[in-house]
Amino acid sequence: MVKDNNMGKLHAEKVNVYYGDHHIIKDVNLSIQENTVTAFIGPSGCGKSTFLRLLNRMNDYIENFRKTGDILIDGNDIYDKKVRVEELRKRVGMVFQKPNPFPKTIYENVVYGLRIQGIKDKSKLDKVVEDSLKQVALWNEVKDKLHQSALALSGGQQQRLCIARTIAVEPTIILMDEPASALDPISSAKIEDLISELKEKFTIIIVTHNMQQASRVSDKTAFFYLGELVEYGATDQIFTKPVKELTQNYITGRFG
Amino acid sequence: MKQKFDINRFKDNAFKYFGIACTLFGLAVLSVFLINILIEGLGRLNWQFFTSLPSRKPEKAGILICLLGSIWIMFLTALIAVPLGVASGIFLEEYGKKNKFASFIEINISNLAGVPSIIYGLLALEIFVRILGLGKSLLAGSLTLSLLILPIIIVSTREAIKAVPKSIREASYALGATRWQTIWFQVLPAASGGLLTGVILAISRAVGESAPLIVIGALLYITTIPTSPMDDFAVMPIQIFNWLSRPQKGFIENATAAIIVLLLITFMMNGLAIYLRNRWQKKIKW
Ligand SMILES: Nc1ncnc2c1ncn2[C@@H]1O[C@H](COP(=O)(O)OP(=O)(O)OP(=O)(O)O)[C@@H](O)[C@H]1O
Ligand SMILES: [Mg+2]
Repeated sequence: MVKDNNMGKLHAEKVNVYYGDHHIIKDVNLSIQENTVTAFIGPSGCGKSTFLRLLNRMNDYIENFRKTGDILIDGNDIYDKKVRVEELRKRVGMVFQKPNPFPKTIYENVVYGLRIQGIKDKSKLDKVVEDSLKQVALWNEVKDKLHQSALALSGGQQQRLCIARTIAVEPTIILMDEPASALDPISSAKIEDLISELKEKFTIIIVTHNMQQASRVSDKTAFFYLGELVEYGATDQIFTKPVKELTQNYITGRFG
Repeated sequence: MKQKFDINRFKDNAFKYFGIACTLFGLAVLSVFLINILIEGLGRLNWQFFTSLPSRKPEKAGILICLLGSIWIMFLTALIAVPLGVASGIFLEEYGKKNKFASFIEINISNLAGVPSIIYGLLALEIFVRILGLGKSLLAGSLTLSLLILPIIIVSTREAIKAVPKSIREASYALGATRWQTIWFQVLPAASGGLLTGVILAISRAVGESAPLIVIGALLYITTIPTSPMDDFAVMPIQIFNWLSRPQKGFIENATAAIIVLLLITFMMNGLAIYLRNRWQKKIKW
């Protein structure tokens, strides 16, 4: 396939996913531009997580998983045989629904992605820790306890640590699967602020069930229903004058 | 309606008291046994008992040789069985999932854990003692016991690894870690509490085992201290067995004293296992 400029940072073409006989993602086409925030919305079970996890190949370990179609990042097919999945994941980071820090110190959590690349230089690691934690606005809260367990942090702090750990590897895309849904409103608001800031440097895709959140943080919104991409467009447009009736019904809470 | 409620309540209570009775019965039997042993054997536990060689005279005999033999066996068995068992457990749990060969092995391993220990002795007699020509050495004994506890270590390794939440693995993969890096840096450290517990319990099982060693011929009257893995040996349970089969009262006393020592060793190892488990549980809350 030839790269053309409309494809953007990430481009999905005729993507289908099957778990055994179940057809989960149906013929999805989607292009995402660099340095934007895209929200995936849709009722539970419609395939948002499945689609998101296609983008860093997290589904690879699932038995019976099968996909057809192409997913290109910067014009390259990420499912190509020549692609090393570890390299891909360094470029496409992921933040999960439930904060999942490693049962290690705060410092070790942040540097893990670098350590496994064989980086040992202490001053470099120190700098990455400070920079990453500052970017997620956690530095002031934890700078005196970097060598204490990350599990002692609050849920919101843990989630920001997980984001810091992800950006420490310098990905270009960050995938977030309901990153604030397990958090209290204040922590959740902090994550939203953070997303708006991270947009400067990263391309962000976020799955959310919270319509207000989607409209606050995202530039584009994709509405999925039963595995199909029903509507995709500018967030303003989707939330004010959606083209499809299904979208209208969903965002006004008539089902879901 | 009310009637039914009362019946259920009665059943509930009845089961509770039945459970308590069973527990108490077990405890009572155990304490009678322990008290008996302590009364008979405690007086015999002195320095001479620990430092003497076997002897025809009960008051001159001691457990030096068999205590050292048991310690040797403990370390050699651990050295052989732990790396093998942990590696197999990791393989089966992390790599072998979709593999027909692995599921075949898996079934066999769970079956092996239930095979009577004397069967292992027979197998070892043929393979280690005769075919490999290791004789009745410490090495042959340790290999035998390794066979015996290998399934236990494999199963407990798998349990410990399974208990590590998927979210930790996913976090590691998502940062670009390979499968092996994820196992080495995340799964094994997080599983180490359960892993150590399993290993210690398996080794304490090996220390108390006598039947397979008797089969390979370790029932010896030995008067030299074992200094290398190729030396002949005796172990505590065999010495106890030996003394118990003598008619003189003095030997019975020796046997009970040796039982106290053996019990102490196993209790200490179990205690260590419990301590390690609690420590890790406290450190790691998911
Ligand atoms: N490992 C799996 N094997 C088989 N089916 C699966 C698997 N994982 C998910 N599914 C199915 O795929 C469909 C889509 O699931 P997915 O998790 O992507 O939904 P979702 O949109 O993220 O839902 P939610 O909003 O509840 O997180 C569901 O019907 C689910 O049952
Ligand atoms: Mg989901």
